[in-house]
Amino acid sequence: MEFRVKDARPIWQQLADIITESIVTGEFAPGERFPSVRDLALQAGVNPNTMQRALSRLEDDGLLITGRTAGRTVTDNGDILLQVRRMLAEDRVCEYVEDMKKLGIGRAQAAAMAAEEKGE
Amino acid sequence: MNPIVTCTQLTKRFGSTVALDGLDLKLQRGKIIGLAGPNSAGKTTLIKTLEGLLQPTGGTVLVDGQKPGPYTKSVTSYMADRPSFADWMKVQDLMDIYSDFFADFDPVKAQEICNALKLERGSLIKTLSKGTKEKLQLMLVMSRKAQLYLLDEPLAGVDPAAREYIMKTIVAGYNEAGTVLISTHLITDVEKLLDQVVFLNRGRVILHRDTDEIRETEGRSVDELFRDMFRFEG
Repeated sequence: MEFRVKDARPIWQQLADIITESIVTGEFAPGERFPSVRDLALQAGVNPNTMQRALSRLEDDGLLITGRTAGRTVTDNGDILLQVRRMLAEDRVCEYVEDMKKLGIGRAQAAAMAAEEKGE
Repeated sequence: MNPIVTCTQLTKRFGSTVALDGLDLKLQRGKIIGLAGPNSAGKTTLIKTLEGLLQPTGGTVLVDGQKPGPYTKSVTSYMADRPSFADWMKVQDLMDIYSDFFADFDPVKAQEICNALKLERGSLIKTLSKGTKEKLQLMLVMSRKAQLYLLDEPLAGVDPAAREYIMKTIVAGYNEAGTVLISTHLITDVEKLLDQVVFLNRGRVILHRDTDEIRETEGRSVDELFRDMFRFEG
């Protein structure tokens, strides 16, 4: 997980996006113990309050579960993971269609190009 | 909790030069706060006044509810804008001085930071580069469990790779109930650390806000806002 703050949005939102992505792409396994706020803040070089706020959003989204004793774990609820992965995918598709539009390529052609593209 | 710093109509003149011009400022506890402003805005004067090195010409300054003096110095950890160590001393000598002078100095933490920043206890101060001297200063300052950390331009002389390390030292080192005030012109470098930012200009506070709130309402980073506000002032 690489913490790179790159745009003008609040830093906690950018951190939350990065962590969300690392969970849905399986960098952390479902049910796995999650690192502490302080460790993550150190790793990212950010204020612990900022990291705390980012993790709160992941808790609200149901991706992280706060235990009764201490620490957080990654959810093992497959439905939530699937849902979030789908939302991220929709965002990317939306960006793709917008970019194609700027290049003068319509929906149908963009879809055809996406279908043909084999990736690297 | 009362604020850790309260300045009321704080004024400091040097002859005909007005460095602080009726400045009002309150700093809450447990925050990392950036102090930014163009050259000669009054950043160093403010920090030196909080540390008790300069006497105000007018107005009042309170640290933890008291005027700067022996008590406030015991709860304030100050990093000057330039190192003032005796050349013939060794790193270890400075650590000894700090543990003699400050009851809140933690030798274990000092050793940890030395290890992380690759500072050798046996090194002579005069053999150290400018950047390494800054790391040494920061090691001493962050090894105290203070209520208020005053860091005057802590990143100015260090290379970009070490900056990252120094910021982590600040995050790892500071007492979470305490407040860190960092003066800098390099906002981009410290922006990720800050809860709040204070902009000074001509000896006054012209902005004091949460950094997240700036990004949310302005749609700009704090650095961009700073550049826009001071574009014509140089």
